[in-house]
Amino acid sequence: MESKKNVLIKLFLSTLYLSAFTFGGGYVIVTLMQRKFVDQYHWIDKDEMLDLVAIAQSAPGAIAVNGAIVVGYKLAGFIGAVVAIIATILPPFIVISMISFIYAIIRDNVIVSQMLEGMQAGVGAVIMAVVFEMARGIHYGKNPMSAIILIGAFIVCVSGVSVIYVVIGCIIIGLIRTCIFGRKEIKK
Amino acid sequence: MIYLQLFLSFLQIGLFSFGGGYAAMPLIQEQVTEIHPWLSMSEFTDLITISQMTPGPIAVNGATFIGIKMAGIPGALVATFGCILPSCVIVMVIAKLYLKYRNMSTLQGVLNTLRPAVVAMIASAGVSILITAFWGSDAVISLSGTQWSMIAIFIGALVLLQKTNLNPILVMALAGVAKTVLHLAFGL
Repeated sequence: MESKKNVLIKLFLSTLYLSAFTFGGGYVIVTLMQRKFVDQYHWIDKDEMLDLVAIAQSAPGAIAVNGAIVVGYKLAGFIGAVVAIIATILPPFIVISMISFIYAIIRDNVIVSQMLEGMQAGVGAVIMAVVFEMARGIHYGKNPMSAIILIGAFIVCVSGVSVIYVVIGCIIIGLIRTCIFGRKEIKK
Repeated sequence: MIYLQLFLSFLQIGLFSFGGGYAAMPLIQEQVTEIHPWLSMSEFTDLITISQMTPGPIAVNGATFIGIKMAGIPGALVATFGCILPSCVIVMVIAKLYLKYRNMSTLQGVLNTLRPAVVAMIASAGVSILITAFWGSDAVISLSGTQWSMIAIFIGALVLLQKTNLNPILVMALAGVAKTVLHLAFGL
């Protein structure tokens, strides 16, 4: 293993690079991290990386941020996590800051407002396509619970109940299921 | 006390968004368009559109964008800090436990129960975006108030996404161009 200072600098630069050039969300960035830290630097072994990714995906918050925290923490403890977080949020922070100022100025331009309006229909379509894909990706198995939660949660959300209660409710249901049935039953 | 409000809102967004990607979207929508009057529904949709086209997680992009709009750069810093704080604490605790015990079955069980609900939450936020796109920000749903051009663009975009392998960013840009052309050529 290299000296700690060296690791921190490399960690900062590679996380910064990954964050700045990754479009398409957390899952993509986690894959790229794996390639960088496992295949290229050999800092983390493959099986451990899979578990670190699982942690990043299980904890609340953005997966890219969680991935940076967990990798940074594993490599250099608390300071490593801090370095990785800063490198991860710096690129979007700068880009969105600049866009915010431009947005305030050009939003009322006819072309821009028509573009943005059309893109509302486009982003709606992207979200619906993602929803269909995610809904197909759930393991339904013989247990109707997943389908019931999916439909039930949708009705509850549309009727205006706070999404926070939906999340808390599902965490409680999940804990009860895990305690009663154990892990195997749910995984099916 | 706008700084405190920004911090607390994004703290909740960071704490309750499980599943990555779009999971933060319904929470951001609730916090910034319903609980606080920080963005109109079309501004919120613009934010999601911009997030799609730039690097970085939606929650971090949203924190920066809304923070700047409400309280400048300091607001953006406070909001971003709020949204990553829960991740930092929770991921580091889980990572510590994992490195010690290497057992995550309860977490996985809870996550399996949460997943369908997260899909439902995203779907419900998508529906809100589409209602704004089809009927405008006032969202009075009526046959005569329907923007049929937007419905056509939505269906076209959804078909492209489902039937081809086109990049979602490209599909969104095409939707924007289509709307601009329809407006300039036919006044739709």
